[in-house]
Amino acid sequence: MRKKYKKQAVGFWILRVCMGIVLLCLAVILWDIVSKGAGVISWSFLTENPRKGMTEGGIFPAIVGTFLVTVITAILSVPLGVGCAIYLHEYAKGGKTTRLIRMAIRNLSGVPSIVYGLFGVVLFVQFMNLGTSLLSAGMTLGLMTLPWTITASEEALKSVPQAYRDGSMALGATKWQAIRTNVLPYAMPGMLTGMILGLSRAAGETAPILFTGAVFYLPFLPKSLSDQFMALPYHLYIMSTQHHAIEKVRPLAYGTALVLITLVFFMNLVAIIIRYKLRKVKLQ
Amino acid sequence: MRSLTDSVRKPWISTARREKLVHGLFFVCGIFSVIVLLGIFLLLIVTAVPAFEEISIKEFLFGLDWNPTSYEQETYGIVPMLVSTFMVTLGALAIAVPLGVGTAAYLSEVAHPRVREIAKPIVEILAGIPSVVIGFLGIVLVGPWIARVFGLPNGLTALNGAVLLAVMALPTIISISEDALKSVPDTYEQASLALGATSWQTIVRVKIPAALSGIIAACMLGMGRAVGETMTVLMATGCSPAMPESFLGPVRTLTSSIAIELGEVAYNTTHYYALFALGLVLFVITFIINLISDVILHRYEKAHR
Repeated sequence: MRKKYKKQAVGFWILRVCMGIVLLCLAVILWDIVSKGAGVISWSFLTENPRKGMTEGGIFPAIVGTFLVTVITAILSVPLGVGCAIYLHEYAKGGKTTRLIRMAIRNLSGVPSIVYGLFGVVLFVQFMNLGTSLLSAGMTLGLMTLPWTITASEEALKSVPQAYRDGSMALGATKWQAIRTNVLPYAMPGMLTGMILGLSRAAGETAPILFTGAVFYLPFLPKSLSDQFMALPYHLYIMSTQHHAIEKVRPLAYGTALVLITLVFFMNLVAIIIRYKLRKVKLQ
Repeated sequence: MRSLTDSVRKPWISTARREKLVHGLFFVCGIFSVIVLLGIFLLLIVTAVPAFEEISIKEFLFGLDWNPTSYEQETYGIVPMLVSTFMVTLGALAIAVPLGVGTAAYLSEVAHPRVREIAKPIVEILAGIPSVVIGFLGIVLVGPWIARVFGLPNGLTALNGAVLLAVMALPTIISISEDALKSVPDTYEQASLALGATSWQTIVRVKIPAALSGIIAACMLGMGRAVGETMTVLMATGCSPAMPESFLGPVRTLTSSIAIELGEVAYNTTHYYALFALGLVLFVITFIINLISDVILHRYEKAHR
């Protein structure tokens, strides 16, 4: 009898250790980057161009590039994602086409990011003749984030009670009027949360932009959509593997990593705050 | 005389037509994802096929040598990369599956609700760390540590890649396994406890077996993510194109080969097409893995309805 409970105690401790190791991983990751990166961060690091073959100076062009490419990603993937989610949740009747669309979305979310990169090279860079540019890279990332935006938007639509639609239509509203006035406003915060999370992942991605627009070093900011750009994740990759004086620029690489994860976590935080506010509103 | 209704602005389109238009527009958005998936698949095929005008398919699939830039005889054999990919992936799973399932079991069965409230967002944070940052840590932290422990000159090895990919696959495995464990009906647990089993026995012999298909699906999804991951393995595994010898040697996966060579190759050469053939192989592998996990999850959902 007692043996059985001893076994249980040991078992529970094993599970606790598993959890502990996972937490320890995260702690080590964050501690290493924050402790070694924080010293590099300064106003000039954030607002200056790289100098002397990227051994000195800041990462300003990379920050701007990441921001711009994320905006293009959003412009492509948000309307299409919301549209697809509205179709699936509000219009589709569950036939073969719907099953096909759902299958496509699930598979798209499993396609490796480098394959999106290959697709972007052939379709945008070569076939559509956009060259390696902000636009090509943004659209490649946009396609990659599409399945995440769709899933997030659909979840948000699901959480709007059916009565909202029925009530509106019973008063004589058409389907689209009901969706526009009685569904979308309530689904909006949820959609926003999911989208920001998706975009934060897009902002940290490197593989899709490797060959569609990101470059080593640019002394100026991109002026149009057809310019190449620097991006934070790509800059970190260059600084840690391709640079001619890797050991010397290591602090700068740590600084870049810290800025990148801060950016991603900040976006996540915004999403979490929106979700939290949304919950509060619902409770009232 | 103008009637009153004339002064009211007429809509540019009748209500019924507008409804149809809106419906059509959303349908186009919906079907777009199917077009993208097909587009990716077809473009990969179209761009990969010219490679096989010069390379025999047999050499490509079974060749033990990948050396497209050789001066004497270019060779395009993908076996070393397939072996590398599966070494790193299986290594990652060997670490991540026990750890992930254990954590999921802890979160759903043992943890105090308040602990769970804190721990779940922390796991989500882990999922949000960009792969390039994980790769960077592989170079500066995990790699040197592996080199010291095993007495190697260089820590950029398959083991390094496996450890890092395990960290990246963990959030997926944890959250889906936890969902699977939670959706096991309470009656199972109650029946087991009523028969005199301890909580631990209930977890190991009742709940985990009942949730097994969901847990397997979670692991398959984690595997899909590991196979397709590029930046981490590109930065942290040394990337030697030779046949891998052991976990403590450098490897070069399908993804990192594409990433390394696509930047250096001229458009529309055999080498370029061969890289798309690699992409196609990668696409097919991840497609199959995701399909299997999908079928398992679907069955599982049906069984529990």
